[in-house]
This record gives sequence, C-alpha cells and structure tokens, in this order.
Amino acid sequence: MPPFPLPINELLGHWGAYVVYVLIGFAFGYVLEISGFAISTKLAAQFYLKDMTVLKVMFTGIIVAMVLIFAATGLGLLDYNLIWVNPTYLWPGIVGGLIMGVGFIIGGFCPGTSLVSVATLKIDGLFFAVGGLFGIFLFGETVQYFEDFWNSSYYGRLTLMDWLNLPTGIVVLGVVLMALVMFWGGEQLERIFGGHDKPQRSWGRVAGVATLVAGALFVLMIGQPTTADKWVRLAPEKEALLAERAVQIHPGELLTSLADDQLNVIMLDVRDEADYNLFHIRRARHLPLADLSAAIRNCNWRPRPIRSSW
Amino acid sequence: MTTAVVNEPKRRGWRDVLFGRPEKPYVNPYVGGALLGVVLFLSFFLTGNGLGASGGLNRYVVFLQDLVAPEHVDRVAYLLKMAGGDKNPLDDYLVFMTLGTLLGGFVSGWQHGRLKVETNKGPNISVHTRWVMAFVGGAIMGYGARFARGCTSGQALSGGAVLSAGSWAFMFAVFGGGYAVAYFVRRLWN
Repeated sequence: MPPFPLPINELLGHWGAYVVYVLIGFAFGYVLEISGFAISTKLAAQFYLKDMTVLKVMFTGIIVAMVLIFAATGLGLLDYNLIWVNPTYLWPGIVGGLIMGVGFIIGGFCPGTSLVSVATLKIDGLFFAVGGLFGIFLFGETVQYFEDFWNSSYYGRLTLMDWLNLPTGIVVLGVVLMALVMFWGGEQLERIFGGHDKPQRSWGRVAGVATLVAGALFVLMIGQPTTADKWVRLAPEKEALLAERAVQIHPGELLTSLADDQLNVIMLDVRDEADYNLFHIRRARHLPLADLSAAIRNCNWRPRPIRSSW
Repeated sequence: MTTAVVNEPKRRGWRDVLFGRPEKPYVNPYVGGALLGVVLFLSFFLTGNGLGASGGLNRYVVFLQDLVAPEHVDRVAYLLKMAGGDKNPLDDYLVFMTLGTLLGGFVSGWQHGRLKVETNKGPNISVHTRWVMAFVGGAIMGYGARFARGCTSGQALSGGAVLSAGSWAFMFAVFGGGYAVAYFVRRLWN
C-alpha cells in the first residue's frame, strides 16, 4: 500500500495532527504574503489586466502541485483514493463562484488573502474579513430556503479525467500547457494595459518551463496504477485477511439484508468467469475486477436532500 | 590625546522591533507560485487534505452562534453538522490551518518590513468608502464561498491541483464573475 498520505491522526494523536495543520497553514500564509497577496490593490489589478500576479501565482501553484501529486501517485508513493478531491456540485459551484467573483472585485480580497492582510495590519483587510464572517453567517441562516438547489447537480468525486475520458498523464500535460499559454497571454496584457516592460529572457524562466513540461511528460510516461496494480500491492495484507475470514459477511446477515425492503443489496462476484459459471450465489452479478471502479460510479450515490424545516 | 569611540547600543523599543525592519520587495510571482505549489503538494502528501480558509472561518462563526443560541444551531441542518449537540465546531483541522495562515502572514510581514497599519485603496475613493466596500465585498465573498463549498484556496487551488471537475468549473466562474463586474466598479480601484 502506498505509504502516503500519512495517517497523522494515528501517528501523532489528535493535537499532534493539529500541530501539523498549523505548520502547513503557516507555510501557506507565509507564501501568500511574500507574493504580495496582503495588498488589495495588487489583487484587484488582476481584473483590470494591469498586474497578473494573481493568475501567475495561482496557476503556477496549481500546476506545480498537480505535477508533484500525480508523479507521486504514479510512482506508488501516494494513494490518490485517500486524498480529498472536492466533490462536484456543478451548478451550486458555478453560482457560488460567480458570487465570489463579484465579492472579490468589490472587496479586493478572497478569504485566504484577507487573513494575511489582517495579519499584516491592513485595515481594509480587517473590514473584509469581518464582512466575510458576516456573509458566512448569512449563508448558514439562509441555506435552508434553497437546500434542494444547493444539493443539486451532484456528480460525486468527478475528475477532469472522468469527464474528458482521457488518461491522467494527458490531462496533466494539457493543464500545464494551458497554464503556460495563459502566462504568456497574461504578460502580453500586462504590457498593453499595465505598461510593464517586456519580460527579460532568463535562464530561470527557461529552466522553469522546461522542468514543468518535463515533469508532466514524466507523469504521462509512468502512467497511473490500475486497479490490478493496486491489488498486487495490497494483496499480501488483504488476502491474509480474506484467508482467515476477517473480512466477510455472515450468511445470516446477508439473508436478512436480502429480505429487507429498505435495502438495495448488490452482490458482485469478481472472480474469474469460469469460477462464476461453476458456482455463484443466486442474484450475484459477475463483474470483472477491472470494471469495478466504473460500476461503482454507476451506483446511485446521490445524497438524499436533508429537510430541515418541517 | 586619544578619543574614545563609545559604541552605545541603540535602544530599540517594541515599535522598532515590529515595524523598524527595512521593507523588502515581493518575490517573483512564478517563484511565489512554485513555493505555493510545493506547500499545497506537501499538504496533500502528508495529510491527504488540501489548503483552505473559508471552511475554518465558518467554524469560528458557528462557534459564536453556538454560544449565543445553541437551540437554534441544533435546528438548522447546515449548522447542526458542525456544532450539533455537544460537538465543538472548533475541533477541526481547518480551524488550526487558519490560525497558522494568520501566523505565517504575520511573520513574513514582520520579517520583510511590511507590517503597516494602512488602508489600500484606489486613488479616487475615500478611506471610509474603501472600508464600507471591503465589508460589503467580504460579505458577498463569504456568502459565495460557502455557496460553492469552498473559496479560492479550498476549491480553486486544492481542487484544481487534484483535477476535480467541479473545482475547475468553479475557478472559471470566479474569474468570470470578477471580470463581468470589474468595469462597473472601476472607480473603486482606478
């Protein structure tokens, strides 16, 4: 099994894990500050095409992290299934994003940058942060009136790879190239609208672009572990559990579940087809192991809307 | 006769210690971005979680609400999840990450001579207008961030890096919303 992410709660305990999160937050705040994100006028200039610092920092951050993450999962160091991928609620996400964009240009910050602004004693940052807390309060008080919309267009853990039906490596390379084009475009806009000089050609820039493209090509080359690869890695540990019957459903429990009208029991038989044909439990469906992840996606994962006012 | 040069140690008050450091320029945005990427990667690599800000702030708000009106919190599903019964809304990793972000911003601001009590604004509005607009914008932002289940850090950065489809749609919506309104509020910044 890939050693990362670490089970930090078990390793360090409740408070030990929180220390790690304080340190990560510290590094986050530090990096935002040295990039100039405590200054509202610098952030707002992004929207007047005068200073594209926001675009540059954000997308460099995204593509650097992305290449490192998928290189680590490809090498079997990091388990992609165990990292948090924001679930997709498409329309609530888009509407919330549009509202945020309006708040950004009126207020001059986003929540993370306003924290750094407060930390460096900017008064406008403080007003923004207090306003942000008020907006969060308002949301908590009003979400019950549009809960159905807020839980709509739910696609679960949908990735760009699923959506485009492309291998991870291709998507990673595509995103890196898209970001590089955006950087180039951003620098042209800065020259036209912001009066910036043409950026100097330097070894640092060439090396940065080369490293990112090489990293993305490396991710494409090594590929991502398939279900079979993951099983090979898991097998010694998990097969022992199966052998000693540590993981099983008791026949009695299965029988009760099958008889329960409120449950929709799905039995999948992932053995070879030959074994399945020789013997299988009645109503069990044969499914090759390779198709398992696709089948899981087809299960009905929609959360039932929670009614709070009745 | 010889003259003795006495090196009297300069007396430095706390004001000097805090605000007296020479101001340094910001780093190159691509360098800042690369460092941000490494921090984001380490966060996922070590803990399985990305970065976030608005989720942590949400929990401070709910903590206050739970102090003032615990029965109300128990009746609203959205608040119940964070602070229902004897659940402590502050018992969450995002709360501690938020503390760290404040601390990190402060240390960097101090170290680079950028701790300054000031209001940044466009040249054509008064300081008070800027304060009001900052509050209004903050409220809109806070509302939108919870609507979208995450802010620029939690959705765009973190979800973007792990290639969540919804996070990418969200990211373009944020820029779309900003650019769509920027022209109408240009007086605020130009």
